[in-house]
Amino acid sequence: MIPILGLVAGVLLGLLLDPTVPLWLQPYLPIAVVAALDAVFGGFRARLDGIFDAKVFVISFVSNVVVAALIVFLGDQLGVGAQLSTAVVVVLGIRIFGNAAAIRRHVFRA
Amino acid sequence: MSTDPPVDPPATSTRGATEAGGRRRDLPAALLIGVLTLLLGFAFTVQVRNSDDDQVLAGAREEDLVRIVDEVSSRGVRLRQQIADQRSALRQLTSSDSESASALEEARTRSASLAVLNGTAPARGPGLRLTIRDPGDELRVTDLLDVVQELRGAGAETMQFDGVRVGLSTAVTGAPGALMIDGRPITAPYEVLVLGSPQDMETALNIPGGVVQAVGGRGGSVEVVQQPELVVDALRPLPDAQYAAPDTDD
Repeated sequence: MIPILGLVAGVLLGLLLDPTVPLWLQPYLPIAVVAALDAVFGGFRARLDGIFDAKVFVISFVSNVVVAALIVFLGDQLGVGAQLSTAVVVVLGIRIFGNAAAIRRHVFRA
Repeated sequence: MSTDPPVDPPATSTRGATEAGGRRRDLPAALLIGVLTLLLGFAFTVQVRNSDDDQVLAGAREEDLVRIVDEVSSRGVRLRQQIADQRSALRQLTSSDSESASALEEARTRSASLAVLNGTAPARGPGLRLTIRDPGDELRVTDLLDVVQELRGAGAETMQFDGVRVGLSTAVTGAPGALMIDGRPITAPYEVLVLGSPQDMETALNIPGGVVQAVGGRGGSVEVVQQPELVVDALRPLPDAQYAAPDTDD
């Protein structure tokens, strides 16, 4: 319940405040969002599996975001930022798909 | 999220044993989760909003930016070219417009003065009123022609001779006593209205051996009256040129 409330509150806050993203954050924000989404899907799946652990969720959330941003940052420094961020998005997308599939099996038993 | 309630019971049933004691310990964790998901929702919304507008460029990569700059600059070059073209077209149009306006104005004044000279338009201005009396019917064609020529030489701009406008091709014909101007008979006394400098023309008529003396020599008389305002309103028909056409390429 708390995550849903948090998400809704965050969306509302974002809509209400409508801030501009600082320049230095702009390459990393979409990647961070995708990474966090991956963590949330993982958490939801773990909860459905009955193995949800708040500590694991928090750590995986934070580390996902940090690592994803770090990879993109490194890629930018190496001059392959575009490709690496694509790679991160692909990998995270695959994981999200996997988690979504597991959630689907739980929800629909199929 | 509507699928949440049906799957909740089995999850809590397996978790119940382990989490019953850990509820209180998990309070900060739950808070943390709330904060994190709030952040996620916030960032998600901001990012979605952000990628809507043009600020996406700020997050774009170098090679994309190079391509975009390339496109934009070539587009700018094209647009600048268009602006230059339109400007020169505008300049041409405005200059030709003012040129044609002034040309039209000039043509109007020329046409007006030509109409006065040709006798196709009435004219008014200072001039002389001559009354040429010819009691003995002695005046000949040349005498009347002399009057016209003398007036013209003194700067007469247009005149009418006994109700007939005198123009470029005006002819004086006939015999003494039955003179005609342009084929129209005139009878003495002849009344001449002439526009021009009154002093100049009167002086020219009165010179020794001039028109006044010549007419007097034939038994006639010329009465000259200066008029500050005269109207010459007899008109000549404008002949259609049958052979000569205007030469336009000058």
